[in-house]
Amino acid sequence: MPTVEVTFTPLPAHVRTARLVATAVARRSGVDEALLDEVRLAVGEACSRAVEAHRRHCPAEPVRLELTDLGERFEVVVTDAAPPDAVPGQGGIAPVMDGAAVSAPDDGTASFAPELMDSPDSAFPAAFGLAVISGLADDVRISPTDSGLSVRMSWPAVTAAM
Amino acid sequence: MPRRIIPRPVSPYPAVGPGRSDDGCMALEDFVELKLGHHTKDGIEVVDVEGEIDVYTAPRLRELLIDLVNKNNYQLVVNMEKVEFLDSTGLGVLVGGLKRVRAYDGSLDLVCTQERILKIFRITGLTKVFGIHDTVDEAIAARKSEK
Repeated sequence: MPTVEVTFTPLPAHVRTARLVATAVARRSGVDEALLDEVRLAVGEACSRAVEAHRRHCPAEPVRLELTDLGERFEVVVTDAAPPDAVPGQGGIAPVMDGAAVSAPDDGTASFAPELMDSPDSAFPAAFGLAVISGLADDVRISPTDSGLSVRMSWPAVTAAM
Repeated sequence: MPRRIIPRPVSPYPAVGPGRSDDGCMALEDFVELKLGHHTKDGIEVVDVEGEIDVYTAPRLRELLIDLVNKNNYQLVVNMEKVEFLDSTGLGVLVGGLKRVRAYDGSLDLVCTQERILKIFRITGLTKVFGIHDTVDEAIAARKSEK
């Protein structure tokens, strides 16, 4: 059972709220201060991707954020309800894997070629956010669910002495 | 005792998103701050950004960059020394701005020394795309020396 569970309407404004809640729970769960910026950014990226996917496919459905204190790890799961492969390159896991526009090698870096964007106003591919997450969290699992996509990530935590 | 009302900073660029909730209560998003300003220095337009650049606020920065380019400003320096948060949406806006000015043989350089902001540029490999400098003066000097 998650330590804290949040569901929110898929609006960009609520992504900041999700970041703030995740950072607060991470701090309380014993995540080192030096890692809190990574938690904040990774959760923001995952929630931004989910919000964008929901706005395209199911704006009435909430995005789910689960924050769990596992003792030696702090785990975050962001779950959306948008079809992963409904729009190629927008919400699915495949674009991360094919490396066409973005890649996330094992050294924790992603790369993006601006010239691949169609126009100056093009948004970054949704997969780019996932690649950024891969560079931030040392344990990331992205998997399809019955109704959408689940981004599970975790960071080490120090168990508070009783 | 009369209430003292402290006005919030007003940006010439309208906020996007829903803003205050219908019931008039102060919602958390009301505290989202992104302050934008710009001035000309040595013929280069310097954009000062303060606060958080994310999926909610990035459209305001995008509008400002588009507006500056539409007004024939093709040499830009974005001062990010007071940026507290930057995500991939913000990166997309900066890359979009860079592409826009490059179409006019212009430039978009960044000023940033904050490690937590620089980290996302390194993760994404964008340190090779942008000129990133420690100060506005350094960014301007570097741009002038390339002319």
